[in-house]
Amino acid sequence: MVKLATFRGGVHPPEFKDATKDKKIEPVALPSKVVLPLQQHIGAPLELAVASGDAVKVGTLVARATGFVSIPLHSPVSGTVKSVGEALHPSGVSMQAVVIESDGQDEWEPGLLTRRDPESLGVDEIKKIIRDAGIVGLGGAAFPTHVKLSPPADRKIDVFILNGAECEPYLTTDYRQMLERSADLVAGVGIIARVLGCAKVYLAVESNKPEALAAVAGQAKGREGWQVVTLQTKYPQGGEKQLIEAIAGRQVPSGKLPMDVGCVVQNVSTVLSVFDAVTTGRPLIEKVVTVTGGAALNPGNYSVRVGMLISELLEKTGGVAENLGKAVMGGPMMGVALPNLEVPVLKGTNGLLLIPEPVPESLHRACIRCGGCVDACPIHLLPCDLALLAENERWDRCRELNVKDCIECGSCSFTCPAGRNLVQLIRYGKFTVMSQDRAAKK
Amino acid sequence: MSEFLKVSSSPHFYTGESVPSIMKGVLISLAPATLGAVYFFGWHAAMLIVLSIGSAVAAEALCQRLRKVPRSIDDYSAVVTGLLLAFNLPANAPWWLAVLGGVFAIVVAKEVFGGIGFNVWNPALAARAFLLASFPTIMISSPDYPVPRGGTLSGLTLDGVTQATPLQLIKNTVAPILQNPSAFSPREVQNAHAVLAQTGQWEFYRNLLLGNMGGVLGETSAILLLIGAVYLFVRKYIDWRVPLGYIGTVALAAWVFAGPEGYFTGNPLLHVLSGGLILGAFFMATDMVTSPVTRKGKWVFAVGCGLLTVLIRVKGGYPEGVSYAILLMNTATPLIDAYTRPRVYGAEAAGGK
Ligand code: SF4
Ligand code: SF4
Repeated sequence: MVKLATFRGGVHPPEFKDATKDKKIEPVALPSKVVLPLQQHIGAPLELAVASGDAVKVGTLVARATGFVSIPLHSPVSGTVKSVGEALHPSGVSMQAVVIESDGQDEWEPGLLTRRDPESLGVDEIKKIIRDAGIVGLGGAAFPTHVKLSPPADRKIDVFILNGAECEPYLTTDYRQMLERSADLVAGVGIIARVLGCAKVYLAVESNKPEALAAVAGQAKGREGWQVVTLQTKYPQGGEKQLIEAIAGRQVPSGKLPMDVGCVVQNVSTVLSVFDAVTTGRPLIEKVVTVTGGAALNPGNYSVRVGMLISELLEKTGGVAENLGKAVMGGPMMGVALPNLEVPVLKGTNGLLLIPEPVPESLHRACIRCGGCVDACPIHLLPCDLALLAENERWDRCRELNVKDCIECGSCSFTCPAGRNLVQLIRYGKFTVMSQDRAAKK
Repeated sequence: MSEFLKVSSSPHFYTGESVPSIMKGVLISLAPATLGAVYFFGWHAAMLIVLSIGSAVAAEALCQRLRKVPRSIDDYSAVVTGLLLAFNLPANAPWWLAVLGGVFAIVVAKEVFGGIGFNVWNPALAARAFLLASFPTIMISSPDYPVPRGGTLSGLTLDGVTQATPLQLIKNTVAPILQNPSAFSPREVQNAHAVLAQTGQWEFYRNLLLGNMGGVLGETSAILLLIGAVYLFVRKYIDWRVPLGYIGTVALAAWVFAGPEGYFTGNPLLHVLSGGLILGAFFMATDMVTSPVTRKGKWVFAVGCGLLTVLIRVKGGYPEGVSYAILLMNTATPLIDAYTRPRVYGAEAAGGK
């Protein structure tokens, strides 16, 4: 047997992808209204570009980027700005958002859509297009993509990795897109590789998706310096650090970024957004979302306008069972539990997991020191000790044990037979230590 | 409906393993040896097992009520402790010894430290050490040490000497003769050599494997214990590093240091199969709470247990050594954990630490 690329640590959760993996991506009917929280990315806050009562078209600028690590926000529908104010964000907090009522016309901002040949564009032009299109990393972190593609002059990037791992259970959006849009995807990778000027390109897909592997490999044939890599099916194989370790054999040191070891990773949805923006001028206003889980009445992969409320999305795609207990935005390992269904799809949303009652709950018994979490942690931390230290507010010890390196992958909690809320406690420790460190710097 | 959604931290699903499921797994794995103990030693053995488990569980319930903490008897860990303690009793132990041991294991070795997860020593072994120190005549050198059904007491025959286990016989009777033959009569020297010759025969090892020999309840039959151990491996309830490192170290160290005629003449198989090593290596040293959490730490722990076991057997006052070796390494576990912390992720690339 061929040895598959992988990292040390991790877990093997059940996949549960069968419910949606053979469902073609279906466009969802236009939303009646959209809610656009201004903070949909990591970085500087945006500056409003519209006011209540303004008429907007699809692609009209709603909020401007401020600073380099920031991206603009566009209207996903044509219609009227109904209000600008506080609205519930999927994380459960209220924040500033623009509400737009759709007129159902789906009329585009004139002059925005233009066919372009990427070959005719310069590298800086492409980066500007990516930024202006409001593209963020769609694998979860929502970090502005153009920033990742603009390493400082002293960082030579020699490796680009297409992240087709999709290691979160249940989710199938990347898988479907690899199958349905393999040519665009590979062309998008070509654009990014040119922007980065890197020699080695890896297209990485987990071994449980042979069809996607074949589709991508078929398109990539004949490209010099490109390699299709089969990854071991394991969680969190699609984590940036884990992918880089698996493929390039490099470890991103504590507190450093992938670019510090010469690597850039982008996931499938992000690359396709780049391709769309560069070749057609289309900003990021639409997302592919897997709707799944035991309480989803019509599981599938749907192409959804950003800002559509989850309640309307479910109404238009077949609905949700009466016994819904928990709704998770994202996958079961890292997703965020929603306060209710009146929250919008975000740029970074890739799945909606509807869990029926009875919802599995953690028991939070005493740690029996089985070491399961230690073996599972892909960052080689001691989750059992960190959680205990955070519980006792021993922040200095948390810092010494590198609590800040935790990627919140959830592997530790998933494994723990005592059902301890490890990630929750460690995240608490991480945020406390980080804010202490920030305060100390000032 | 939508106002009542549950919100909690990720992840949103789990392996399905739990402390009770692990403990139940350990109980299942001990079932063959438990049945074996009753078969070899009769109903008295069954009574000791029941009393030991019952007193452990009752003690835990009582302690938790007094400490006013949520009761966790439903995790089966006290049942495991009680059973393992019974495995360490001789079959003719009086009923109160089982009760005393069960209560000591839970109250002194577990609840005083804060209950499951916080104890330093394996409770069953701590209780055995306590009983051994307090009632040595009952625990080891009783003249009417019970003979298992169909077996000889020590598995070896030697005229006019009663010793309960093969290790005791060799350590207390045979080794002194061989080391200083001139002080003994020719007949005694001849006898000692005869015993040694028996340890070179298949017959002897078959008895060790099947359980036709003296010993405490749970350690007589290596085969029955190994069947349970296989189950634990299949269910991934124990880490193979501990038993492998432990038994491997004992075998190697016994070969090098435990020979009656000098270095590299020891009998590894004798040391591995007799005494409580199989029981200890698979079921006691692997106790999660009292062994290190890191893989490296598990190796250190296992090798330490092995070296100490042989040291005690060869140089110490007891022919056995497994329980004290494990208890000593239990004590060292926090230290081992501190020194075998995994390397900081990416430390190599950063060129430091
Ligand atoms: S400690 Fe952090 S990085 Fe390690 S397994 Fe837990 S969540 Fe993942
Ligand atoms: S997995 Fe849970 S019980 Fe096991 S060591 Fe980690 S925190 Fe403790």
